[in-house]
Amino acid sequence: MTDSKYFTTTKKGEIFELKAELNSDKKEKKKEAVKKVIASMTVGKDVSALFPDVVNCMQTDNLELKKLVYLYLMNYAKSQPDMAIMAVNTFVKDCEDPNPLIRALAVRTMGCIRVDKITEYLCEPLRKCLKDEDPYVRKTAAVCVAKLHDINAQLVEDQGFLDTLKDLISDSNPMVVANAVAALSEIAESHPSSNLLDLNPQSINKLLTALNECTEWGQIFILDCLANYTPKDDREAQSICERVTPRLSHANSAVVLSAVKVLMKFMEMLSKDLDYYGTLLKKLAPPLVTLLSAEPELQYVALRNINLIVQKRPEILKHEMKVFFVKYNDPIYVKLEKLDIMIRLASQANIAQVLAELKEYATEVDVDFVRKAVRAIGRCAIKVEQSAERCVSTLLDLIQTKVNYVVQEAIVVIKDIFRKYPNKYESVIATLCENLDSLDEPEARAAMIWIVGEYAERIDNADELLESFLEGFHDESTQVQLQLLTGIVKLFLKKPTETQELVQQVLSLATQDSDNPDLRDRGYIYWRLLSTDPVAAKEVVLAEKPLISEETDLIEPTLLDELICYIGTLASVYHKPPMSGPPLTTSSVQMGAVDLLGGGLDSLMGDEPEGIGGTNFVAPPTAAVPASLGAPIGSGLSDLFDLTSGVGTLSGSYVAPKAVWLPAMKAKGLEISGTFTRQVGSISMDLQLTNKALQVMTDFAIQFNRNSFGLAPAAPLQVHAPLSPNQTVEISLPLSTVGSVMKMEPLNNLQVAVKNNIDVFYFSTLYPLHILFVEDGKMDRQMFLATWKDIPNENEAQFQIRDCPLNAEAVSSKLQSSNIFTVAKRNVEGQDMLYQSLKLTNGIWVLAELRIQPGNPSCTVRAPAPTLRPWSLPFVPCQGVVLVEDAVQASLQAWLEPESVRSLKRTFLESFHIHPVRLPR
Amino acid sequence: MIGGLFIYNHKGEVLISRVYRDDIGSQAADSAVFSSSGPFLGERLGANRRNAVDAFRVNVIHARQQVRSPVTNIARTSFFHVKRSNIWLAAVTKQNVNAAMVFEFLYKMCDVMAAYFGKISEENIKNNFVLIYELLDEILDFGYPQNSETGALKTFITQQGIKSQHQTKEEQSQITSQVTGQIGWRREGIKYRRNELFLDVLESVNLLMSPQGQVLSAHVSGRVVMKSYLSGMPECKFGMNDKIVIEKQGKGTADETSKSGKQSIAIDDCTFHQCVRLSKFDSERSISFIPPDGEFELMRYRTTKDIILPFRVIPLVREVGRTKLEVKVVIKSNFKPSLLAQKIEVRIPTPLNTSGVQVICMKGKAKYKASENAIVWKIKRMAGMKESQISAEIELLPTNDKKKWARPPISMNFEVPFAPSGLKVRYLKVFEPKLNYSDHDVIKWVRYIGRSGIYETRC
Repeated sequence: MTDSKYFTTTKKGEIFELKAELNSDKKEKKKEAVKKVIASMTVGKDVSALFPDVVNCMQTDNLELKKLVYLYLMNYAKSQPDMAIMAVNTFVKDCEDPNPLIRALAVRTMGCIRVDKITEYLCEPLRKCLKDEDPYVRKTAAVCVAKLHDINAQLVEDQGFLDTLKDLISDSNPMVVANAVAALSEIAESHPSSNLLDLNPQSINKLLTALNECTEWGQIFILDCLANYTPKDDREAQSICERVTPRLSHANSAVVLSAVKVLMKFMEMLSKDLDYYGTLLKKLAPPLVTLLSAEPELQYVALRNINLIVQKRPEILKHEMKVFFVKYNDPIYVKLEKLDIMIRLASQANIAQVLAELKEYATEVDVDFVRKAVRAIGRCAIKVEQSAERCVSTLLDLIQTKVNYVVQEAIVVIKDIFRKYPNKYESVIATLCENLDSLDEPEARAAMIWIVGEYAERIDNADELLESFLEGFHDESTQVQLQLLTGIVKLFLKKPTETQELVQQVLSLATQDSDNPDLRDRGYIYWRLLSTDPVAAKEVVLAEKPLISEETDLIEPTLLDELICYIGTLASVYHKPPMSGPPLTTSSVQMGAVDLLGGGLDSLMGDEPEGIGGTNFVAPPTAAVPASLGAPIGSGLSDLFDLTSGVGTLSGSYVAPKAVWLPAMKAKGLEISGTFTRQVGSISMDLQLTNKALQVMTDFAIQFNRNSFGLAPAAPLQVHAPLSPNQTVEISLPLSTVGSVMKMEPLNNLQVAVKNNIDVFYFSTLYPLHILFVEDGKMDRQMFLATWKDIPNENEAQFQIRDCPLNAEAVSSKLQSSNIFTVAKRNVEGQDMLYQSLKLTNGIWVLAELRIQPGNPSCTVRAPAPTLRPWSLPFVPCQGVVLVEDAVQASLQAWLEPESVRSLKRTFLESFHIHPVRLPR
Repeated sequence: MIGGLFIYNHKGEVLISRVYRDDIGSQAADSAVFSSSGPFLGERLGANRRNAVDAFRVNVIHARQQVRSPVTNIARTSFFHVKRSNIWLAAVTKQNVNAAMVFEFLYKMCDVMAAYFGKISEENIKNNFVLIYELLDEILDFGYPQNSETGALKTFITQQGIKSQHQTKEEQSQITSQVTGQIGWRREGIKYRRNELFLDVLESVNLLMSPQGQVLSAHVSGRVVMKSYLSGMPECKFGMNDKIVIEKQGKGTADETSKSGKQSIAIDDCTFHQCVRLSKFDSERSISFIPPDGEFELMRYRTTKDIILPFRVIPLVREVGRTKLEVKVVIKSNFKPSLLAQKIEVRIPTPLNTSGVQVICMKGKAKYKASENAIVWKIKRMAGMKESQISAEIELLPTNDKKKWARPPISMNFEVPFAPSGLKVRYLKVFEPKLNYSDHDVIKWVRYIGRSGIYETRC
């Protein structure tokens, strides 16, 4: 008998025919018909019209037929809730069947029918099944509680199922225990605060006993649950570790990885002097290596995890370099991951071998892989100083192959090598210059230009080389343009006599003919520097640059610790944590977090420090400054200046009018507009939700992605009544700044997810920085003086606000309403000087000096000393300055005459740069 | 946990679709990729699920590029996929599931299907779709894997329909206790007239050698496969020449240690079938278990020390001008002269622009296979401590391609009747106190096969 005939394509009127067959008297024919229905369902045909006929077949002694009908029910019950009730009786009856297999089947299926009306009928049978004499029924019922919780959490709590489920942890049957653990873990995830699992030494002991006896899958559930437990002391940690280590020899890789997770986590608690600690470390290596002989998909999962493990505890695998050598037949995803780990394990001891391997890889076929191999050679040079020379010569060999992408990649890494070992390998520049014409990728072009600019004094024809790039200036990518600008300015400072024309050309290209704010800003700053003080310009632009370190590609420690807790899971594969805090719905949006974070994290952890040229002119204490220095101004301003009048400026800080954040088009009819306010110490997000759909909206919830200042909703989004079509509600959502922090680009970017009964929507918005100025931002006078002196000049930024018809008092009170405080005031030669301070919610201070002439106050804003409070993530102070500047501007200008405000947007940009239009002679 | 499981044919048509959770697919609707899935969008019912199904087809099965990762994230939904011949299995989820577990489950699913109906092919899947749905119902509940041992499953799910309806009460409870019990892999009451067991030590030896003959990496990954036809619930104990065990036993006389030291092997790591008592192995390093009935893989192990490399390949490649290559390869067998290696095959890659090849070999047959870009040299049998040689002249077409030929390594295949790791089975004791047969009555067979894994020499 073959079943494939059911898949044959169907003709018209098929549904009608099936209907007849389903109602046939003959059992065999009925069964055949149901099979056909299931086959149609599988391939995606809509057979829901047959619902009553199929349900009619349910009352049968034939278990096979019954199972098929159940399968159909699970698929379509939701669309026909009223009809689904018809099935309830059979379920209830089946739950009393003498055959345990049938009892279990009934309770299993019932839980899969996600119809509210049915759940009520499910409670009694489920209660009985949870206490069934047969373990098979109990283990099925345990999972059913999780199913029911997913449909109706309240019901599960009210009916006391959670307690019964907890009791099952002490069940005599290991599989029942395992399933109960799995169900409880899942339910606990949606109630992070509740102490559902209530892990204590006694219950842990039970779990560890069950661990030895249950199926491989059960062992995974239990180990994953154990990983959430925090032992009370090192002795308990050690005794758990001792009982978990035997799992490392399990044939199932998932059991091994979950055991590794428990051990990695509990190891933290063990003292390093302990003998056991060393033993444990030794025990971890072999199973991890064994994972690499599994199937390629599992190897991939293992490698992604090993990548985390070697960052956390490099000592575990330091002698195992060879197993990560790439095999010719490995799938590409395995190859790429192995390469990553090879670099991490590279050390002086094994570098020769590693380099020989990498050189082999650089001749392979797959472009991505070859590029990564070339890049890896560069990383080795930076990581292991002794090998730098060999790496450089290997890279030169590769450049000689003339394979285009190899050459480009090699140039990019050689640039990094120069940054690590300045004045050492410049002899290779000639070879690099030979390949100038073949470079077509922005990154490689930018790297080459940087090299030419940086070593302009040693390259005779540096001006010609750079000039050749200048011809197609406007067709280049921003990266190349910025680099070219910096490169030529460096060249000018080094060889001023013959390159004046060139620098003039590039400055005018950047400032006058470009729409890119980054480029324009950088152009103006150079221009002004050169025109006011060429000596200072030299000091700034040609300043000594900090060396780059090999740590650039490491995962940030707190994130790493978090990911270690997710070993074996998807989070460890993506290297991104699942969304923190309670999920938007009980189970669904967990992985949504990964997408929301998308790229943000990657770019943050980005493997190369960018904007090498940018480092020069601001010379901040941190090594890398994003090239997009000017970007936040452009975007931040539009919000700040689009005001019509002095809205709400009389009390509290300046409030921008509501802007549309999420248009109805993009959110299935939900329109969200809003603004941010700060009033007496509390920040809130004022939202206006409008339902432009034809359907009632309910179940609103909101969540923020991690952001630069840890903004997070302080309360759930409360929309009391359902939002009917064309209705609008205004909600003020209180915000706190205790959420988790992640640097965003631009700094004040906030990514928001809003959920309703229809879907989850994502949007991002920029918040004005002044909502973060705290009320106690007035610095003590003495402290102000001391701090002011200590701020290095490089951290200073200066800008002017014109047409500001205010006296010092008015300015001071104006700023105070935005929590920018006047610490001191003095009068120098008829000018009023105001010394201002403000503090951000994260404890960073910003100091400023305002000089007011009648009608033309100019304001010097000085950057915070970033050491006042350590950031949990690398933070770029000068960007903060720019934003603070925006905020000061905004609070001052909010009450200016409406008509002049619009033009201010333009003038602001100019006033910031103070018209530097003359060139040095 | 797993939200759904789909099986596709190579065209991306769905053969099996089982959804365990509602969350999958609902987000996928936003994704732009679905413009191509037009016919389904109109469908009111199951539209969500369809989207997930189609997303996978469009983004993975029909993707132009080769697969860059076995886990694909499409519209916040993760797809785990494995491929068997031209059938795709995909597990779908929106949660932060245990990724290793999902893949292990997919492999297990393949094993279970293979145990029921043989090869996993489109035809077999269509022929058994009712059975597959039944299995999926049993081995995955709400996305949580349940007992997936074929031995246990076959007691109540069969290709001929479900057995349980004609069973007695005792039989039923026996089934449920087996499925949920401590020894889920074996049922009680098995009887054989002749108690017999077979042990196969199957090893694959992997090598990566530099052109100069330096071993870059070498390891043996081995498996001990057991076929048991034993009555009752036998307690088995397996012993091998594991260095740690031998040294522990030989502590008495130093003499013995040094003697046995040669014969024992250092095992880097080993993993066991779930029937083996891991805590006992951890504490006493003894391997004891109650075996499943029939064939199963008792253990896997890996060794890297003192490996016997059965063959040595010595390559010599010379480029003569731009249009000619001269290749000479010598292979040497390195084991007891009384043993015979079989199925020897040496694969010498040739450049893509090869126009003609002349080969001369001392032994066996050699052929240039243009479609595979390689010279394949086959030798049926070769005794130990022998040597053989092949030389070839490769004519090349002149090309403008600047890229150098990558020179893939020369690979080798063979089979030898010993374990390259040096592993020896010392004993396998069987105790079944309840039945009247003893260890001596069991007929035991042991066989060693060493095969080449990835056995490559760079040239």
